[in-house]
Amino acid sequence: MAISLTVNGRPRLLDLEPDTPLLWALRDTLGLTGTKFGCGIAACGACTVHVDGQPMRSCSVPVVAVEGASVTTIEGLASSEGSLHPVQQAWIDHQVPQCGYCQSGMIMAVSALLAAEPHPTDAKVDEAITNICRCGTFARVRRAIQALARTE
Amino acid sequence: MGKWTRRAFIGTGTLVGGGFVLGVVGAAFSPSRHGVVSDDAESKGELNTWITVTPDNMVTILVPHCEMGQGAQQALAMMAAEEMDADWSMVRVKEAPALDAYANGYVARAVGGESIPGVLGRAFDYGTYRLVRWYGLQPTGGSMSVRTTGRFGMTVAGAAAREMLVAAAAERFGATPSELTVSRSQVHHAGSGKSATFGELAAAAAKQSVPSSPALKSGDTYTIRRTAPPRPDIPSKVNGQAIYGIDFTLPGMLYAAVEIAPVYGGKLVSVDTAPAESMPGVKGVVKLEEAVAVVADSYWRARTALANLEPTFDDAGHGGVSSQTIFAAFDQALGAPPEMPKDAATVITADYQVPFLAHATMEPMACTVRVDGSGAEVWAGTQDPLNARATAASALGLNARQVAVTNLLVGGGFGRKLPFSLDFIGLGARIAKAMSPAPVKMIWSRETDMQHGYYRPAGMARFAGALGGDGKPLAVACHYAGGGDGESVFMPYTIADKRADAKDAKHPIRTGAWRSVLNSQHGFFKEAFIDELAYAAKADPYTFRLNLLGEEPRFRAVLERVAAMADWKSPLPPREGRGISLVESFGSIVGQVAHVSVSPDGALRVKHVYAAVDCGDVVNTDAATAQVEGGIIFGLSAAMKGEITIAGGRVVESNFHDHEMIHLSDAPQITVEFIHSGHALGGLGEPGVPPVASAVTNAIFAATGIRIRRLPIKNQALRSAAAST
Repeated sequence: MAISLTVNGRPRLLDLEPDTPLLWALRDTLGLTGTKFGCGIAACGACTVHVDGQPMRSCSVPVVAVEGASVTTIEGLASSEGSLHPVQQAWIDHQVPQCGYCQSGMIMAVSALLAAEPHPTDAKVDEAITNICRCGTFARVRRAIQALARTE
Repeated sequence: MGKWTRRAFIGTGTLVGGGFVLGVVGAAFSPSRHGVVSDDAESKGELNTWITVTPDNMVTILVPHCEMGQGAQQALAMMAAEEMDADWSMVRVKEAPALDAYANGYVARAVGGESIPGVLGRAFDYGTYRLVRWYGLQPTGGSMSVRTTGRFGMTVAGAAAREMLVAAAAERFGATPSELTVSRSQVHHAGSGKSATFGELAAAAAKQSVPSSPALKSGDTYTIRRTAPPRPDIPSKVNGQAIYGIDFTLPGMLYAAVEIAPVYGGKLVSVDTAPAESMPGVKGVVKLEEAVAVVADSYWRARTALANLEPTFDDAGHGGVSSQTIFAAFDQALGAPPEMPKDAATVITADYQVPFLAHATMEPMACTVRVDGSGAEVWAGTQDPLNARATAASALGLNARQVAVTNLLVGGGFGRKLPFSLDFIGLGARIAKAMSPAPVKMIWSRETDMQHGYYRPAGMARFAGALGGDGKPLAVACHYAGGGDGESVFMPYTIADKRADAKDAKHPIRTGAWRSVLNSQHGFFKEAFIDELAYAAKADPYTFRLNLLGEEPRFRAVLERVAAMADWKSPLPPREGRGISLVESFGSIVGQVAHVSVSPDGALRVKHVYAAVDCGDVVNTDAATAQVEGGIIFGLSAAMKGEITIAGGRVVESNFHDHEMIHLSDAPQITVEFIHSGHALGGLGEPGVPPVASAVTNAIFAATGIRIRRLPIKNQALRSAAAST
């Protein structure tokens, strides 16, 4: 079944079983391996992408459900001129990643939160950012978000 | 430096193409010290096996350790570049290839024990058994990179390279080496005003005689170490470009999904492969001794087809094993509490217990393997590419030299991807062999990963402690089961009678090294029990410990620092408390104070964790802080929520819904300070982990009067006493 959608601004046609999770369409069909597989049950957030601007855990979104939608992955988060998204830059400034495996999803979740709510409270951040990081970078994740939330 | 000639030396060899190679070689441990071959050696001045200077004045440091976010590759490059007086902006870091020449013998060098400062003796003594097994390997573990490869290798290599560059410059300028100075990758001669870059000198430097004992810089002249350059691996980790083991892709590659016997040691009895073979995209069903794999043209198709199979496995005779039977056997093995002195005024006893734990690296086990007539190639992220090579070769019946391994970024290691726990490489290789010559990427589901680990051993300890009439401790002793050793049971306190006796009971659950290894259990046991003893003596837990550290000034300084950081004596509101803990591991002493609150309905909040660390000296100050922060979170996740349980011989938990991790909302504020004691370098990847569980449970006691003796904390009710406090 052919499914059409937009990925990182580019129209794509995917010939896949409709129940194929968006995660595997991105990774294996489109070669966008920046989106990570962590759990397959939407529990860890490593596979977070934006679907029409909303954060979604792509391991649990069948590709048929995003027919006609606009999907942004970590590879498409920077501006078209190539300058980093403010969240990506903050992640460098605060030296957030360790192994880095969870950080694509973390960055996508945080960028979606800040797009919807530029100055979230700590409580709102706690509620919205439920990604798992095994290396334990949470102290820096919070510092980076707080710095972004202060920025006008 | 004379001892370098005994166990390690600066070796030389001839390169293909007539070049020159120089390296610091662990004499007993490098099987091919003359075997370093570089295709482009003629155009490079190869100064040694780890340092290359090219005519464009770039210095490339080859590091024989993997990158898993711990920053060791950069730290080692900083140590070499510091001794060279290189321009840090002109230094590149590369991971050494998986070749025998890069076996990091420095890990093993410690086995001999010579020239190892006394303070490190405990750690090395502890590690001897495992280290011996690491001969000829290329492991990254044991918090070893900086304190072994860095301290014994990179600094010496850098200093030797500097002396040879200076000698080359002296020839060129007609000067003597003592007239020359080096800064930022340039050699200067003040007398003539001449200068030359490392790049300009590289070819001539390679022809200089090799210094036998190059002088090392003193710390007060450092310009690169003790700073915080940004980690070079981070930019690619924020834009999706970083390639981990699971990301590697080849044209025509197939994908494998696998189901392994649920009980460790179990075998595949039977499976009807037809329901998978008829599914779209399926290229084959591979039956292995302990598993069945479906190979398809996409991972999702492989996984979907695998779900259609109903394989039966045997239970290797372990179907009756459960957490209950394992702990019951421990309990029996521990026997009566340790004997205490007859003249004691007070004797207390307590049992402690910790569960099995999974590594649960965020990147599930994955590898890509291609097997063809001449050999095999493997791509994966592991903590030991040389053992990955040996594992694949063994699985395929090949000689190790017929297998090429490319190590990629590791999406979390924590010990799961260390040598002798690379089962997934062997499995992936066998699947690829069945599909030869197509390359096959095998990916484990999270469920497979969670249920086929090398778990942190479960353990129990039975303590007794005695106080004299003056409240001073006379004795502390424990019987323990589940693992322990000289380092992990060590207590720094001056107590006349200290004992720790192993009383183990065997079980068939597969165990391995989990971040901080046995210190993760005993750091909880011993520092929770000493806290109990302090309360039994009606003493402040901090002061009680401090009074027992008169003979251990480093421990004392760490404890004093962390108490000051946390403002230990300041009052707290009701239902809040502080707990303190002090643990040495991997050559580093870490003191922590946890500040917690427990709500009337029993909800625990760890508000702040303070850590004071004496690891001798710090290389990258920010990356070092990050390691301690990460260790605290890793240990806190285990203390609060981590638990692998066994029923019917198999692991019960399957994914992050029932094997919980802490989230951002649970993460405390963390403050880390380092004490620059000038003692021998200690490790940092692990030492942040061991104190945190006891710091938190001690704080819970201070807040509520509830003493947690079994982890995880989530299983304990904090409600009733909190409400009655």
